[in-house]
Amino acid sequence: MKISNMLATAGEWLRGDGPHHQIVISSRVRLARNLRNRPFPGWAKKAERSSILELIRSRVEALPEMQEAFSESLQDVSALDRQVLVERHLISREHAAKGAGSAVVVNRRQTLSIMINEEDHLRMQSIRSGLQLKQAFKLVDKVDTALESKLDLAFHPRLGYLTACPTNVGTGMRASAMLHLPGLVLSELINQVIQAVSKIGLAVRGLYGEGTEAMGNLFQISNQTTLGEKEEEIISRLSKVIETIIEKEHNARQMLLQKKPNTLLDQIGRAYGVLTYAHAMASKEALNLLSIIKLGMDLGTFPEDRRLQIDELFIETQPAHLQKSSQQKLNAEERDHLRAQIIRERLKLFPKPDISKMVRQSGGDSIAVPSNE
Amino acid sequence: MLCDVCKCNDATVFLTQILEGKMQKVNLCDECSKEKGVQDPTGFALADLLLGIGAAEEIEKGASTQKCPVCGFSQADFKKTGRLGCSECYVTFAEGLSSLLKAMHKGTEHIGKFPERAQRTMALNHRMRALAEHLQKAVADENYETAASLRDQIRQLENELSKSP
Repeated sequence: MKISNMLATAGEWLRGDGPHHQIVISSRVRLARNLRNRPFPGWAKKAERSSILELIRSRVEALPEMQEAFSESLQDVSALDRQVLVERHLISREHAAKGAGSAVVVNRRQTLSIMINEEDHLRMQSIRSGLQLKQAFKLVDKVDTALESKLDLAFHPRLGYLTACPTNVGTGMRASAMLHLPGLVLSELINQVIQAVSKIGLAVRGLYGEGTEAMGNLFQISNQTTLGEKEEEIISRLSKVIETIIEKEHNARQMLLQKKPNTLLDQIGRAYGVLTYAHAMASKEALNLLSIIKLGMDLGTFPEDRRLQIDELFIETQPAHLQKSSQQKLNAEERDHLRAQIIRERLKLFPKPDISKMVRQSGGDSIAVPSNE
Repeated sequence: MLCDVCKCNDATVFLTQILEGKMQKVNLCDECSKEKGVQDPTGFALADLLLGIGAAEEIEKGASTQKCPVCGFSQADFKKTGRLGCSECYVTFAEGLSSLLKAMHKGTEHIGKFPERAQRTMALNHRMRALAEHLQKAVADENYETAASLRDQIRQLENELSKSP
């Protein structure tokens, strides 16, 4: 499959509607694997890296899951397309910086992506919509089992799967979920949650970069350790913590509706106003405002059938997606202008927030809206 | 403030992470932050980096001239990159790595998935140990007929083991 064909459609995880999809954007599970006694990609000479790539690539392409897959050496993917793949979470930023000797194979549904010669020889990732860590693990585990019969993988009876970085040794597994938590951010409870989660050996990160002030109220939560715990245990522990966070997010929204309905209405109204009328918008601002619209949608102020439109804008307003759609290289100012333009056009027929429909999530009763506000 | 890695340029990237209730901070210059992949939003670079720096100190205590027989990787290389050279490095640098892995992870032993090959090899090794014990006992008891049969079984097992990678 050509990259243009793949990029023309959004990944299934974006269009899908997995459990808790309002709050959990996506679930990802990745496994790191290496060939036995062959230098890791960061240490291998160019020729060795290429021979490892060829060996692994043919096995990966032969997988039943990878029929009609997109498979390409990174040197043959343009810098912009690589960036688009990063924004879709199909490759890592580290992988995007690679060239000859590295490749990526993505299945048709964009639920499975295999990076060859990233930091490890093999990084296999499954991505699903909503909270589906178990299902994501099941797919990537199946692929791993199929590959282990064809490849001589580095495994130590006491240390488990051996990886380039000692932080991944053992299961080689990193499970993570992307959560949308505007309620906890607006009610200033997010730092409490982050600290509590950090204490139990899980990590919280923003969508891009480190630090607690994440863009678009999006947070990634993942396991920190990989040795001494079974894959299933890690996943069930993580899922339980995520379920608790979901509950806390619902509670926070509920509290905001009860205690600060005007603040909430103001935020939604402003977000709608700025998005539909602005002529220049940075990517961070767009994410933050779209997040508020998404919250408004969860609360009933926008019709449910418009959800996909907003979710797509989250991805399509990212820098590389923007440049891709304009077919030319843009500077930051031009990007901000184009971003605002695309959003305005997309939201032209988007209904105004209907605050009478704003409902409490538990009971479903309309809240009393003060008449002169 | 100077960069924690190269210790010569001014730090421009300041990282903080709370892990298991402990706060860790790393200050990096622009160059080192790029080299370490700190700007990588999808990876898990901070933890790796933090642990990598700690790791380098940890492993320095061992013999510094030791090189991995398979890939030629040395401890100095680990200090520089925070990554190992190949799977055999885990055996070569086992001593320096063990306390590091202990500090980094929940446990010290893998209890998750075992590849089928490893399972088979482990089972064969287990049987081998049992046969060796029996053989020793048979020889001690001067039960040479049994000993000979045990020796043949061991040879056959060795043969099987050498075939499985």
